[in-house]
Amino acid sequence: MDNVIVRALRYVGHIVIDGIWRLGYASRFFFLVLVRSGPSFRRFGLTVREIYFAGVLSLIIILVSGLFVGMVLGLQGYDTLQRYGSAEAVGTLVALSLVRELGPVVSALLFASRAGSAMTAEIGLMKATEQITALDMMAVDPISRIVGPRFWAGVFSMPLLAALFSAMGVFGGYLIAVVLLGVDSGAFWSQMQASVDLRNDVMNGVIKSIVFGVAVTAIALFEGYDAPPTAEGVSGATTRTVVTSSLAILALDFVLTAFMFRGI
Amino acid sequence: MVLTDNLVEIEGVEFRYDVRAVLKGIDMRFPRGQVISIMGLSGCGKTTTLKLIGGQLRPTRGVVRVGGRALHELDMHQMYALRRRMGMLFQFGALFTDMSVFDNVAFQLREHTDLSERTIRDLVLMKLNAVGLRGAQQLMPSELSGGMARRVALARAIALDPMLIMYDEPFAGLDPISLGVIGNLIRRLNDALGATSIVVTHDVQESLKIVDYVYFMSEGVVVAQGTPAQIIASDEDYVRQFVHGQMDGPVPFQYPGAPYRQDLRLEAVGG
Repeated sequence: MDNVIVRALRYVGHIVIDGIWRLGYASRFFFLVLVRSGPSFRRFGLTVREIYFAGVLSLIIILVSGLFVGMVLGLQGYDTLQRYGSAEAVGTLVALSLVRELGPVVSALLFASRAGSAMTAEIGLMKATEQITALDMMAVDPISRIVGPRFWAGVFSMPLLAALFSAMGVFGGYLIAVVLLGVDSGAFWSQMQASVDLRNDVMNGVIKSIVFGVAVTAIALFEGYDAPPTAEGVSGATTRTVVTSSLAILALDFVLTAFMFRGI
Repeated sequence: MVLTDNLVEIEGVEFRYDVRAVLKGIDMRFPRGQVISIMGLSGCGKTTTLKLIGGQLRPTRGVVRVGGRALHELDMHQMYALRRRMGMLFQFGALFTDMSVFDNVAFQLREHTDLSERTIRDLVLMKLNAVGLRGAQQLMPSELSGGMARRVALARAIALDPMLIMYDEPFAGLDPISLGVIGNLIRRLNDALGATSIVVTHDVQESLKIVDYVYFMSEGVVVAQGTPAQIIASDEDYVRQFVHGQMDGPVPFQYPGAPYRQDLRLEAVGG
């Protein structure tokens, strides 16, 4: 009986110590990325190249998903609002839902799945094939040359992708509410314009997407850099990127929403 | 700084991964201009020795000196300054897979020099010509055979005309022709550049043709050393087993286990 308790305590202790050690290691990695970000700006071409891979190549999934999410919001919003005779307010509902929540959150989840996992796999494979070690042996700092540009590319891309997601979503809502269901176009746009506030709604959404961009990219890069240099290790790291990023996005969304919109 | 005829000196070096002792006190000298091989079975500590010379690892005890400078005393910038004068060929090349052959060889020149693209082009073509792959400059690493990838990696390793070139298993997985080509290139490039080369390998026949001196390692210590002629003539059991590929000897054929008769339960049956 005693042995079982000792083993259980040892197991829990091992998990806790391992978790704290990993958190410390990740924090140190993140700090080093920030400190050694000089080349990401001095040689901005490196960052632009990564913006293409992380941001531009994510456009299709972001735009198509935004369109469908907006169309669903239009359908659901119209169905509920027309019961209370406020079908014209569907523009407001679509825009606020997208700008405040769905735009930053869903685009960040999609970004984590598409670009985050790709970053982890790429860096993990570079490590497995000794390309990271080769850089280091060539006196080129891998964090400055490989990690930094990818980090800033993620941070720059995320708010732009979220904005495009929201814009596409509003367009989707317009297609359903105005073109398909016959809501007055003037009322759709004017109610949206009157109720969406630039500072409280749009800017808060932008801040959220920047925070999500930092979190997703940092997690993806750390998991890749820390991946065991084997096929199994890279595969596990890629999975962890998607799972950890998704949970981080949802948890951060709650915290940010609580501060921004509830005045806590 | 201590300047001697030895470019690399290893004195009383011990190294541990956690509690496992990998190197148990080794001494080696690598004179300038020579090609020197470190041989031994997998896991004997030869790649760890190479990593210590490259400054990727720090010894638990002892000193590694390169060009008279003790590596453990160098900070990151000093280490990088020293590494610009080193070249390393990795076991499978470690070419950058998103760059062409040309860009791989040009990489260090672009990172560490202010040379014009025209000058870089000339230098890269000279390096590629030296390894016989000038015509493959536009190919991607995925389009190269194992031997070609190794030669491109060699051209990349010598891009900055290093004083020290390190080779980690340069002959692994190569066909006989590529094996001979890489062996010849190691010798010729070392002599042409006036560099010092350290070749970590377990390919006895190929490396004995090209090296000046050999260190034999086993279980974290140097068990034999000498010129190729001395090694071939050696009557030490370990060296003889290794050089002649004998099945049994100091390195036993059977993995340690219970006595054979006991495993087959013959003793119990017999009474």
